[in-house]
Amino acid sequence: MDLFSETWQYLLDADNWTGAEGLVARLLEQLLLTATALVAAMLLGLPLALWLGHLGRGGFLAVNISNVGRAVPTFALLALLVAADWPGSADFGPYGRAGLATLIALVLFALPPLITNGYVGMREVPSDVQEAADGMGMSPVQRFRRVELPLALPVVASGVRLALVQVWATATIAALVAGPGLGRIITEGFARNDYAQGMAGAVVVAVVALVLELAAAAAQRAVDPMPSRPSLDRDHELSVPSTTVTEAPTGS
Amino acid sequence: MTILGAADSGPSCYSRFVNEWFCWQYVEDRHVQITDALVEHIAITLAALALGIVIAVPLALVARRLPRLEALVLGFSTGIYTIPSLALLPLLVPFTGLSAATVVIGLGLYALTILVRALLDGLRSVPDDVREAARGLGYGRARMLTRIEMPLALPVVMAGLRVAAVSTIALTTVGTLVAYGGLGDLISHGVQRDFRAELMTAAVLCVVLAVVLDVLLVLLQRVLTPWTAGAR
Repeated sequence: MDLFSETWQYLLDADNWTGAEGLVARLLEQLLLTATALVAAMLLGLPLALWLGHLGRGGFLAVNISNVGRAVPTFALLALLVAADWPGSADFGPYGRAGLATLIALVLFALPPLITNGYVGMREVPSDVQEAADGMGMSPVQRFRRVELPLALPVVASGVRLALVQVWATATIAALVAGPGLGRIITEGFARNDYAQGMAGAVVVAVVALVLELAAAAAQRAVDPMPSRPSLDRDHELSVPSTTVTEAPTGS
Repeated sequence: MTILGAADSGPSCYSRFVNEWFCWQYVEDRHVQITDALVEHIAITLAALALGIVIAVPLALVARRLPRLEALVLGFSTGIYTIPSLALLPLLVPFTGLSAATVVIGLGLYALTILVRALLDGLRSVPDDVREAARGLGYGRARMLTRIEMPLALPVVMAGLRVAAVSTIALTTVGTLVAYGGLGDLISHGVQRDFRAELMTAAVLCVVLAVVLDVLLVLLQRVLTPWTAGAR
């Protein structure tokens, strides 16, 4: 395949990596977008979801929010934001053209997995553990911070991981509305029939996606309060994903 | 919609000067183009889902029999799932070119991931005593699978299929990168020309399509699993 060697050549050429529109600049742009959006979504969504889970209310909202989120195409939402009077396609600081529209879309698409997993994680803390905490004289706030939160952390962390994958994927799609990020390398390559460039951009996006996923998986393992569980529990964990599966939207 | 427009023949609601978000005039004038995009969207989505199902079922069955393969299959499919759709399509272009097949295969891979997991979860959810009872009644492996395990796994599998279907409808729009995005082509055209009526119409149709398909799958599930009707 000729295209493979051309792609390889493109990736080897240092000129393609440097410059304001080069791979490095686009990569940093997308990493900045991803980090900003993920942190913003966590600050917005997690306190709400954890508190609702603690109270045991609003389950309907937490479960359905991800279903609604899945039905709205990322691309359509981005397009609507860009075509609107606000935020539109104007430059937004280091985030580039249509930066604000992209950030808003990223945060919106990061919220569903964060809220669903935050809520479910809190609800899945066994009730006898909660009763034991009450029996030891813990106040609700103490119980929340010292018992429920640590036990919910693995599920919450898996929500963060899903959100990260989601945000990275969405940030790539921003290029379809001429937004910022690595996707620009791909769409520009296709627009001018330079498929080697499109492939090269895709390779970089995919490699970074895999690296982020592996790093997130390692981080998730690190925050688990009971990391070395017997295999019995792992089976339990595997059967849970019927809920986790239903909320793993990709980079739609 | 001709109450005011036709009489003084002023600019229609989708002209450059007005550029309204909702414009029925546009839908009437371009209904052929919109219908074509809608049909393409549905065709790509259904083809991708069919491809996903056709590959997922044998894969899940093999993975279940061979635990070592299960880890491999799940690992591979998770890896695919991590790759953003806008990056996955170019990676398929050397094999399939700029064709609808690129989109169908790409989206089929995503659907496959969800479906394999749903199938494995569903089969795992069949209680052991049910299996033992069936074995006691003389059910062999094949008959057990088709008559006992598959039906009982169906609710979980259908939940996975609903997720796959709804997200595939949304993802099809990204196919516009290789010019086969169904309604996504209208969206990208709308963005390039700053044409709000086209953009909004296509976006609304995408969501409506997702909701309709989801409702159809829920009805299908009711028909296929009549024993769960009284449960809720």
